[in-house]
Amino acid sequence: MAGGLDVLLEGVLLGGVYALFAVGLSLIFGIMRLVNLAHGDLIVLAAYLILTAMAATGVSLPIATLLTTVMMFAAGFALQRLVLERVLGDDILPPLLVTFGLSIVIQNGLLLVFGADSRRLQAGAFDSASITLAPGFSVGLAPLVALVTAVVVVVLLQILFYRTGMGRAIRATADNPQIAQLMGIDQRNIYALAVGLSLAVSTIAAVTFGIRSNFDPSIGPARLLYAFEAVIIGGLGSLWGTLAGGIVLGLAQTIGGRIDPEWQILAGHLAFLVVLIFRPRGLFPARRR
Amino acid sequence: MTTDRSHDAEPAAATKAVWRVQSATRMSRMAAIAAAVIVPLLFLVPAVASRNLLQDLIFVFTMLALAQLWNVLAGWGGLISVGQQAFVGLGAYALFAGVTLAGLDPLLAIPLAGCLAAIVAAVLGPLMFRLEGPYFAIGSWVVAEALRLGCAQFKPLGGGTGMSLSSAALANMTGTKWVEGLFELRAAAARDVVVYWIALLLVLGITFAIYGFVRSRLGLGLAASRDNDAAARSVGVRTYRIRYLLWVLVAFATGMVGALVYLQKARISPDAAFSVVDWTAYVLFVVVIGGVRTIEGPIVGVLVLWALQFNLSGYGSLYLLLLGLIAIVVMLFMQKGIWGSAAARWDLQLFPARKLLIREDP
Repeated sequence: MAGGLDVLLEGVLLGGVYALFAVGLSLIFGIMRLVNLAHGDLIVLAAYLILTAMAATGVSLPIATLLTTVMMFAAGFALQRLVLERVLGDDILPPLLVTFGLSIVIQNGLLLVFGADSRRLQAGAFDSASITLAPGFSVGLAPLVALVTAVVVVVLLQILFYRTGMGRAIRATADNPQIAQLMGIDQRNIYALAVGLSLAVSTIAAVTFGIRSNFDPSIGPARLLYAFEAVIIGGLGSLWGTLAGGIVLGLAQTIGGRIDPEWQILAGHLAFLVVLIFRPRGLFPARRR
Repeated sequence: MTTDRSHDAEPAAATKAVWRVQSATRMSRMAAIAAAVIVPLLFLVPAVASRNLLQDLIFVFTMLALAQLWNVLAGWGGLISVGQQAFVGLGAYALFAGVTLAGLDPLLAIPLAGCLAAIVAAVLGPLMFRLEGPYFAIGSWVVAEALRLGCAQFKPLGGGTGMSLSSAALANMTGTKWVEGLFELRAAAARDVVVYWIALLLVLGITFAIYGFVRSRLGLGLAASRDNDAAARSVGVRTYRIRYLLWVLVAFATGMVGALVYLQKARISPDAAFSVVDWTAYVLFVVVIGGVRTIEGPIVGVLVLWALQFNLSGYGSLYLLLLGLIAIVVMLFMQKGIWGSAAARWDLQLFPARKLLIREDP
């Protein structure tokens, strides 16, 4: 029985990481209807940047994360203004192809610079620390912090979107860019902000993921697929839904992996397909739309 | 969708001018004559070419076939899939299953592999079509990954590590004995010749089938449904049915190409057969460089890829990085690709799909 509970808890905690992957993806899609096929590779890029910052300057993990978050935000802003902006339009093919090209570029760039060896972010004692919830039943501190971080990120984004002027501008642009522009909102800045925000969240995702498992340059696309599955399982247009979707995916993978380690990833894909069959709009779709 | 050709010629009598619909241009007629000369020559290439060149041409033909298929699916149909490696892999695995488990002649296994891919596409279609636009793209990728992991579980075909086709299993392939005698080649080289001919037949068949399709009523309906689905439906285009048909047919042809590619390689593994880089990234590169939504574009694109591959493939990840960069730059500054831009500038049309109304005064 304790074994079963263990699996559930592990799955839920893993779901926190997947939710963080997914939030960045759904942010961009929700606001500008763009699916960023390089999303997973950008997460891996962020993990490598944190690693480099720590190695080059000797700063601790939290400070390296902060630095990288700022850098990735700026990179996202620039990416939108310099590249994506030129291809956004009614035709969805060009932006998809550009982000797919970006994915190939980032993957192979990382491979050239860092090689194919797998790496891990070192967090010192935090890595192996655990909390005992009940006698004989403990949970790793790092995964727990990941889930809490995911919840905090969702809460902060909800506040940003629904309680601030900037959030109102973002939502207005998402609903109707032309009319938002008539109201004096600069659509170009809003879009650039959205991509910057997405990459900043991706950096946080990269830390929570880089501490708990190894990464190498080739794993980006798989992260993209998990993020996407979490978004679809949770239901489009709802950040809380995305969090729930991440947890469902994490549970499916953990349970599948417990039955047979080779089935871990496949179980996640199958869970996604099952949701698509029975609840095509996701488990917790937004009320609007 | 009710206009037909006789209708277009109607107002002629009153004005004494004769109107007719024409899509051929002088250039397209010349291209047709050139093709009539070049294509038979291509069939004769194995008589003089080295085995290396033959293998290069097999690569060019199969890549071109995949690029044409992706172009019609995504460019004309708006079904932007980044998971076509699913059908390459399925076709390849079906071939290996047919040859090693059922002892089929490889040539017979190729169309059967296409059928398997088509059946899987027919089953998955309704599911995938619930995802719209960009989400369809990633959804197709998830399906390809799921199929890759599924095939890795299939132990009779080598599981995760894959397997090779034994030369004994390939010995009874139709045509190889005849080619061995004809060109005085050894079995492996003779097999390449047969594969070459099939690749050439496939790419020709696929290209002309697509050309016929985009000029047909169905093709027109397809383009209409891509540009404005609601408007197309309101004039009676059965958009869902056309797209579904296209999706299944493309999967059928992609499966056959996949089977042929792996018949030539004679070695399979799930990671290679379902590789997103090999069967989608290169294909997208070919289409983007050449020009989306043209038949000529992928032909130009595949020649560019071949040239780059020939000179740079030794550089490994630097080569791929370069391909990605080129694709991004082309998308940013030359969205119509090489052929599309040239065609727009000099009004080139080798495979004209537009219809012109020509007035002729008697």
